[in-house]
Amino acid sequence: MSNQEPVNSFSSRIVVLPEANIDTDQIIPARFLTTTTKAGLGKVAFNDWRYNADGSNKDFILNTIDPTEHRVLVAGNNLGCGSSREHAPWALMDYGFKAVISTEIADIFKSNSLKNGLVPIVVDQPTYDKLLKNPQQRVTVDLEKCALTLEDGTVFTFQVEEFARQCLLEGVDAMGWLQKRLPQIEAYEQSHGKAA
Amino acid sequence: MAQSTRPKSLFEKVWDAHVVEPEGANSPAVLYIDLHLVHEVTSPQAFSELEARGLKVRRPDRTFATLDHSIPTLRPDAQGNRPYVTKQAEIQVHTLEQNAAKNGVRLFGYDAENRGVVHVIGPEMGLTQPGYTVVCGDSHTSTHGAFGCIAFGIGTSEVGHVLATQCLAQRKPKTMRITIDGKLQPGVTGKDVALTVIATLGFSGGTGYALEYAGPVIEALDMEGRMTVCNLSIEAGARCGMIAPDQKTVDWLRGRQYVPQGEAYDAAAAEWLKLKSDDGATFDKEIRIDGSAIEPMATWGTSPDQGAPIVKGVPVAANEDEERALKYMHFTGGEKREVEKVDVVFIGSCTNGRMADLRAAAEIFKGRKVAEGVRALVVPGSEWVRVEAEKEGLDKIFTEAGAEWRLPGCSMCIAMNGDFVLPGQLAVSTSNRNFEGRQGPGSRTVLASPATAAASAIAGHVADPRQFMALEEA
Ligand code: SF4
Repeated sequence: MSNQEPVNSFSSRIVVLPEANIDTDQIIPARFLTTTTKAGLGKVAFNDWRYNADGSNKDFILNTIDPTEHRVLVAGNNLGCGSSREHAPWALMDYGFKAVISTEIADIFKSNSLKNGLVPIVVDQPTYDKLLKNPQQRVTVDLEKCALTLEDGTVFTFQVEEFARQCLLEGVDAMGWLQKRLPQIEAYEQSHGKAA
Repeated sequence: MAQSTRPKSLFEKVWDAHVVEPEGANSPAVLYIDLHLVHEVTSPQAFSELEARGLKVRRPDRTFATLDHSIPTLRPDAQGNRPYVTKQAEIQVHTLEQNAAKNGVRLFGYDAENRGVVHVIGPEMGLTQPGYTVVCGDSHTSTHGAFGCIAFGIGTSEVGHVLATQCLAQRKPKTMRITIDGKLQPGVTGKDVALTVIATLGFSGGTGYALEYAGPVIEALDMEGRMTVCNLSIEAGARCGMIAPDQKTVDWLRGRQYVPQGEAYDAAAAEWLKLKSDDGATFDKEIRIDGSAIEPMATWGTSPDQGAPIVKGVPVAANEDEERALKYMHFTGGEKREVEKVDVVFIGSCTNGRMADLRAAAEIFKGRKVAEGVRALVVPGSEWVRVEAEKEGLDKIFTEAGAEWRLPGCSMCIAMNGDFVLPGQLAVSTSNRNFEGRQGPGSRTVLASPATAAASAIAGHVADPRQFMALEEA
């Protein structure tokens, strides 16, 4: 079962938001969560950092770059902490991002990102520093090799939970994988007194 | 059988009992979910996904839905119209009503006597039972861990997985035991314990771990206090937090709607009481905190770990992050908390919207008045809490003091229903997150216990509640 485009290798310029602890309330404020679809959330990604109360643009980098050119978000430590809302990766992807990089990425946000094809990359401090030194640089993300290549040629090998990586590479999702296990699930329910 | 006699932690016992298929190097475990709680905000896309694949909810009997996040807490008008914040919010509520009806899922809607914040009603009705795995598309699902459950928040894709298969693909987290020794001082509550734990661990100190809270302080807490402690586990980055069931747990759940009744209850309870970490069980990490040293806490920054005892005042920034946080909060660092003029006080949420919380707040409000210029909002966590509180006359105490008494909902915790804090205003809130703008664009949030929130409403500034309490001399 396939429900998304396989993810493999791509090159793009980065955009840097160096703040630490960017929580999912910053990525998409709660008042936009009344939506019943996933569509169009890119418009409100980082809404309160991008717009003034009257709707006019603030002087903020996500308002000035071309999202089709900058598909990798580099952010400060502990990116994506806070609320478990999957609207956060939906908003980032709808804006145009295909990968996020930080020295630490919060658990639920990481798992939500992987489920949607947004590649979460945890780098070490030296790699992070190199990214910040040249905040417009072009990087290559290779999910097959788990390699992040910087403009200066530095190759950083990142870790992605293996199952999630395979799912992304094949464009398969966990729902299909779980469904194939329905016989085992039924057997478990029978033997544990949990049948309907 | 050396394997089976190896001492196990509480977490391992519950985890092992729910493994349908163990994890391998390249595949996660298939973990069975006993209870799935659903609300209007994180479920619509999951139901759409099911529909797109031609699937139905596999176990509607293990799936329960409520309305809490985007619903108004103001009463409907004479025609029964509810004051939704936007048309979109109303559509979202109707979407859940339709999805529940189509799939045979029980929805505690407007007409239900049990409607309320998802993590308040689960335990209240006895849907939450010791040893269960509990999930919900809300990060504070860890609340249910107070009953010895593995309970954690999931994203919308995973909501879909559970709806379709009653299982999740999961990697086993590491375990950490947090032992809280000693005895709490009078006037110190579960919320103060939780804020101390988070300040100790740091924002991401729990990342990758399942926490177990133990020790005399935890044992002495009532179930409400334990729920508050587990509720905030996620604010240290932890996957979940849990507490071993004991006689208090058994007594608290007895007679509730969904638990076994009569002799069957005693049989179940005997099993529940076995759910504790064996002597000699090992944890990936252990920390100890001196509970006797905990004091009423308040946050001073923009993440829940940026908290300190109220008597200690606002700390001086130790790094750039703290500087940024202080700047956002309009604090300089080093000042006393009494200089922080409060605009809004919010008492409610799944962290502190239960009877014990409202009673603690009422004790402070009783016979006093909310300071001029302070807007105080008391929002019960559920219909059941609302009715009980009104029976005890707590609503009168709140309104006579000058606070608003609302209908149950998440309200200002997530500020998506029309209840919010204005730009620049300072709110003392009993909820769980003080992120920039969490309670409305530009809002500044101080997290604290219900007693501290009430005391701050009366004083008009962030205040140590002990000055309003008749405490016996220690
Ligand atoms: S009260 Fe707040 S944290 Fe709790 S369920 Fe509602 S929004 Fe989530």
